[in-house]
Amino acid sequence: MSAVQTAPASAKSAPLAGQGFVEFADVEKSYDGRSFAVTRMNLSVASGEFLTLLGPSGSGKTTTLNMLAGFERPTHGTITLEGQPVDRLPPYQRNIGMVFQNYALFPHMTVEENVGFPLSVRQVSKADIAARVGRALDMVRLKQFGDRRPTQLSGGQQQRVALARALVFQPSLVLMDEPLGALDKKLREHMQLEIKQIHTMLGVTIVYVTHDQSEALTMSDRVAVFNQGGIAQLGSPDDLYNTPQSSFVASFIGENNTLEGVVDRVSGGECRVRLNGGGEISALAVGVTQGSPCHVAVRPERLTLSATANGGNALSATVDGRIYLGDHLRLLARLANDQVLTVKVGPEATMANGETVTVSCAPNDCRAFPADAGTGGAIPKQGKTK
Amino acid sequence: MSALQPSELDRPTLARDRSAADADLKSVSAALRRAEFGDRMRSLLLAAPLLVLLALSFGIPIVLLLSRAVYDPTIADALPKTTVALAGWNGQGLPGDDAFAALAADLKDNQAKGTAYELAKSLNARLPGARSQLLKTVRKLENADGQAALDAVKSVPFWSAPTTWPAIRSGTNSLTSFYLLSALDLRWNADGGVERVPPEQAIFIQVFLRTFFVAASVTLATLILAFPLAYLIANVPKGLAAILIVAVLLPFWTSILVRTAAWTVLLQKFGLVNDFLLLIGVTSDRLDLMYSRIGLIIAMTHIQLPFTLLPIYSVMRTIPPSQMKAAYSLGARPFTAFRRIYIPQVFPGVMAGCMLTFILCLGYYITPALIGGASDQLISNFIANYVNVELNWEMAAALSFILLVFTLALFGIFARVLGLDRLKLV
Repeated sequence: MSAVQTAPASAKSAPLAGQGFVEFADVEKSYDGRSFAVTRMNLSVASGEFLTLLGPSGSGKTTTLNMLAGFERPTHGTITLEGQPVDRLPPYQRNIGMVFQNYALFPHMTVEENVGFPLSVRQVSKADIAARVGRALDMVRLKQFGDRRPTQLSGGQQQRVALARALVFQPSLVLMDEPLGALDKKLREHMQLEIKQIHTMLGVTIVYVTHDQSEALTMSDRVAVFNQGGIAQLGSPDDLYNTPQSSFVASFIGENNTLEGVVDRVSGGECRVRLNGGGEISALAVGVTQGSPCHVAVRPERLTLSATANGGNALSATVDGRIYLGDHLRLLARLANDQVLTVKVGPEATMANGETVTVSCAPNDCRAFPADAGTGGAIPKQGKTK
Repeated sequence: MSALQPSELDRPTLARDRSAADADLKSVSAALRRAEFGDRMRSLLLAAPLLVLLALSFGIPIVLLLSRAVYDPTIADALPKTTVALAGWNGQGLPGDDAFAALAADLKDNQAKGTAYELAKSLNARLPGARSQLLKTVRKLENADGQAALDAVKSVPFWSAPTTWPAIRSGTNSLTSFYLLSALDLRWNADGGVERVPPEQAIFIQVFLRTFFVAASVTLATLILAFPLAYLIANVPKGLAAILIVAVLLPFWTSILVRTAAWTVLLQKFGLVNDFLLLIGVTSDRLDLMYSRIGLIIAMTHIQLPFTLLPIYSVMRTIPPSQMKAAYSLGARPFTAFRRIYIPQVFPGVMAGCMLTFILCLGYYITPALIGGASDQLISNFIANYVNVELNWEMAAALSFILLVFTLALFGIFARVLGLDRLKLV
């Protein structure tokens, strides 16, 4: 499929050694001079990478994207793009494609005019524009809709037009700000694959903002989890899911059961945790110290139910509810301290409501995090120091 | 067999099904129409009191008044005998004695009924100077009968003048184009064609042009002032925007008469504006701002500003900031983005605001009356003068009709160029 070709980044100017394609160095942004929307951000994006900024609203991910696009200026620090600092470059000179959440298509122009806009402001000849717009619309399979107005298209089609428009001028970097937020679930999943395909095909670098963790896991090479203006953890989807480094990441990525307790002793990589309300379990120690309160996170699919204990951690519970989900079954297991754990089991499980069971799991599947850096603040806010 | 060729065998059944389905659809749409009819009747019933009020207090009076522009039975009613006598006249020279006798009889009748003055006024509108001549004749006829009456009429030279009888004859025709033509500075000539009135009598075309010029100037001035202000209000935080909107609307809550009076205070020769201009040294002499075109445009611009601003603001408010951001990110410089993305999207609001102000300006009355000089009176002032002072309602109706036609034509052009659905009035 011949489509929009993106020039490799190295052809333009070789990135400096040791530097990423996009580089945030100590970037800070404050709107009011007192609190920070983004604090001490250091981030490096490799050429051709699909990086997702994931986080709850107000965590600074959109501010980060806006600084990269040039709509906001950092109050401190430097952003470099292909080795060049871009702090003084207005958005229209950065040559970055951007896809907005509400599409931001121009309602007074046809689909073709919308897609041709970035080319026409670059003084590309009419014939050239027509050819490239045709190819871009071909790529998003909207060739036959060229003379429609954006309002005559469905949400998914509008999003594809926005995509074509952001790619048609062959930017080496494309930013996407929750581009699928307004679509329904099915269409969203379809568009995720489509965007991923285009990314693979063009080799373009994409920085993608979303608050939907499943979207981030589906599409990204790497994910930066944002919390309170900073990056809580940066890693591959696999890393984030299996080895979260904080309670926040553990609960934000995927589903997790959280048990509260106090660290009894730490030895090697493991620790023994006395649970609030009775019981003890072993877990991997992730930055916990002896005697401090902690949160132990364990995935529902890592828990097993049995009539009797079979090694590892074992807690006794009663079955409190069954949720049938077709391919699997969710059982709610109530512990002695009234906390309810979610356990993911095969659909053939027979435990009935009220039955007493033992919930068990391997210590390797339990991760203990310090409680003070719990769901709230992975990165504590810091005042600006001079 | 049927399993092998289902289409062959099923076709008749299918056709039957389709017609049955069509019938079903028809009955469904009929039921829908019935249901909607009830709804429509109910909503009509709700609107009925207002519609009746509008028809009685607005529609019918307007139609009745405007009809006077083309229907004026005063002369025909006052001169029934003359009307009959003139039926056989060919319009050349003077009519026969029977017409003079009929006129004498009609005039006596009018004097008896007390309608002579009204007739004199009506004839005067068509034939300047007719009023005094007619009233003089009526006095002469007081004690005259038969031949004496005929002589009395003939003794007044006015009745033998070449223009008199054609004017009377055209007056006896109740359906007349006289006023409409006059409103456009036109008249019938002796040959039955339409000609321009002599330059010294022509006023209305000039007044219409002046009205359009003033309206266009005020519209342009309000647009220049309103566009940046609307942009500001649409782009500041909500609280500040509310304060600015109130500031813009504040004058709205004051009567137009008070605002106009305020401007007469400000614009006077020894008023604040002149004082200020002298103080900062812009002028070395006091300007004649009152009773001048420039003062009129200043005052009207102030009054019209909200009308232009609000439609523009309401459109600007609907344009999300991401539109301009998108344009920038796609490589458009600020001016290009403004010209190609912003302006086309606010254009319907700009047109709506300008049209509103332009059309309202065409009907301005109080402000030109108080602030404008003698040569700044707009068409409304002439209409008011014909209604209140001259009591010539036919002429007022004709001028109003021409103004209404111009305004509707303008609206039609606007709507045609823009498409009515794109017009956004507040």
